[in-house]
Amino acid sequence: MSATTTKKTIDEAVDERTYASYARPLLWRLVATREFAVVALLLLVFFYSRANIVGFDGPLTLYFLFLQSAPIMLLALPMTLVIITGEIDLSVASTMALTGAILGIAYTKWDLPFVLSMVLAIGVGLACGLFNGFLVSYVKLPSIAVTIGTLALYRGLAQGFLGTEAINGFPEKWTDLTKERISDGSSYPLVLIPFVVLAIAFGLLLHFSSFGRGVYEIGLNDEAARFTGVDIARTKLILFALAGAVAGLAGVYQTLYSGVARGDASQNLELQVIAAVLLGGVSIFGGRGTLPGVVAGVLLIAVINSAMRLDGIRTEVTDIIIGCLLVASVLAPMLLTWVSGLAPGRVRRTASRSSTPTEPSVTGGPSLDSKSANERQ
Amino acid sequence: MKHMLIKTRRLPALAALALTATLALSACGSDDGDGGDNGGSGGGGGGGSAITMIPKSLGNPYFDASTAGAERAAGEFDGSIEEVGPTGDAGPDSQVPFIQTATQQGVGALVVSANDPSALCDSLEQAQDVDIKVVTFDSDTECRDLFVNQADAQGIASKQIELIADQIGGSGDIAILSAAANATNQNEWISLMEEDLAANYPDINLVDTVYGDDDDQKSFDQTAALLQANPNLKGIVSPTTVGIAAAARYLSTSEFKGKVALTGLGAPSQMKTFIDDGTVTEFALWNPDDLGYLAAYAAEALVSGDISGEEGDTFTAGDLGEYTVGADGIVVLGEPFVFDASNINDFDF
Repeated sequence: MSATTTKKTIDEAVDERTYASYARPLLWRLVATREFAVVALLLLVFFYSRANIVGFDGPLTLYFLFLQSAPIMLLALPMTLVIITGEIDLSVASTMALTGAILGIAYTKWDLPFVLSMVLAIGVGLACGLFNGFLVSYVKLPSIAVTIGTLALYRGLAQGFLGTEAINGFPEKWTDLTKERISDGSSYPLVLIPFVVLAIAFGLLLHFSSFGRGVYEIGLNDEAARFTGVDIARTKLILFALAGAVAGLAGVYQTLYSGVARGDASQNLELQVIAAVLLGGVSIFGGRGTLPGVVAGVLLIAVINSAMRLDGIRTEVTDIIIGCLLVASVLAPMLLTWVSGLAPGRVRRTASRSSTPTEPSVTGGPSLDSKSANERQ
Repeated sequence: MKHMLIKTRRLPALAALALTATLALSACGSDDGDGGDNGGSGGGGGGGSAITMIPKSLGNPYFDASTAGAERAAGEFDGSIEEVGPTGDAGPDSQVPFIQTATQQGVGALVVSANDPSALCDSLEQAQDVDIKVVTFDSDTECRDLFVNQADAQGIASKQIELIADQIGGSGDIAILSAAANATNQNEWISLMEEDLAANYPDINLVDTVYGDDDDQKSFDQTAALLQANPNLKGIVSPTTVGIAAAARYLSTSEFKGKVALTGLGAPSQMKTFIDDGTVTEFALWNPDDLGYLAAYAAEALVSGDISGEEGDTFTAGDLGEYTVGADGIVVLGEPFVFDASNINDFDF
């Protein structure tokens, strides 16, 4: 825009934008990311716990760990996409409680067949998500306000439908299925199969489709996204609908897993999901993050929780540790960008910018570069 | 120059890794000494058994007292008590991870106050599969070896109705301020209170039942709303320690102080101020310290094989004396105890 930046030829600008992130060797590009740090930390904590914490290497550890974190793992998938667009969905845990309530009422009060009750419950989850999505995309309300509202609304509906009642008596075939192992004696519960299928589907959608490119572009610069032909409203509507549908599925799973539908089920789960997503390297401002990083983030929190419980450390202490980790994960890149900005290497790089292709900084990520690239036009 | 570039950039990445790693490692490593002793002694080899105590939530003075009682008992039979549990979240399955962890550790027995009668069953059954004994106290589940009951529900319900009837002179409108709408024992007492009122107190009218979720602020607000909505209210019964304290706090600063009677189940330490300033004259409770003490002895008796939990089994619980297992594997602590200005200073839980 300004006279100083127009010195660059268009070719150079295109070069810079398109190939910048490929300017370094593949291995380095894979290693020098926040996602990699999370994965490395996950492995470190896991093997440390295996070696040092009594009982952690037992056959039940992973089985219980996956059972406990299954709802968070499921919810984190669509939440990643929602947050990458720069939006947020705080209503997912309330949606879970509502779909659990619907499942219980449809099956025990309306005497619907169980499979139909499940479909209905997931359908209600989808409707909850569509309602959020409609208010965000077409009425153009901020998602944090909309979903704080529906957090209370869906929870209120669940408690209104159930009152003081706790519905149980779900078919044993289905409640047993939620605890089933993939094969006899395996540490992996059956619920991992739908999770893996969904994780692959969301991974393909986010990282290997034009829809996914649109998701990142909206998060980086929604105006630029509009000019490149991304249908912002439709994309956001679809993402909120997916978040609702997956919350419906997680609600059905959680209800069958605990064997009881209650209005106060899954309280505060939304914050655990968002914490895991952020720890996994997704920027709360949108535009940055990967699904593998998020999966590692969810598992990291689960492993820390499990190991520290086994070690007899009180929950408050675990919460403090995870809180610090989260703050550190957000703060460290900012701090280090600032510190490395003071280093002489950086100054020289800035001075010789027009002759060397600019590479994205390790920590600031492509968001800075593409944003400035957009501004330059 | 290229070399320089990479060098400066590697620094932040490595530093980030190191920073987070240090955090996590120091977290896991700090309590190693603690972890050693709660793992092994599963079946109670060498002295008493290793017991994991899981209250409904941590930080509640009532459960602090029951845990203290259990620790006193464990000291006597040379066992160990580890208290774990959810903080704040009383959701149906918030205790499940702690039960599962105890299963992994292979402790001798679990002593649990259940947040939901059925949601814990699968995890408790998994614990029983690896030969862990399950004792519930305060709030029961459908799947345990023994339930240590604080007092039978009938006695608790009629004691509270007796107290409120006495305080309002036998007639008028009353209301109930309960805990969570799904709380097992509160709901049982409330339905028994309703029966007792209908049968024995025709002039007392139960106008409303509200739920404070065992949350201080919510109970406080519900009390305010209750008095707004029912101007003729003469008494409130709150069968939960958090509820009665919050209601007393509201009453003591409002125009209703001394006009609206309040009773129920309260912890003496929390109620002392309100007995002293005349907001409350009498309330009831069992001694949670004794309850935890009895539950720990019951767990020890199961683990050591002295009893199997069958009806008619007898065991000795330290200085509380001998107890007999009743029908459905229930052990009853005794009669509720009434606190008033004359005795409240004798208790400090």
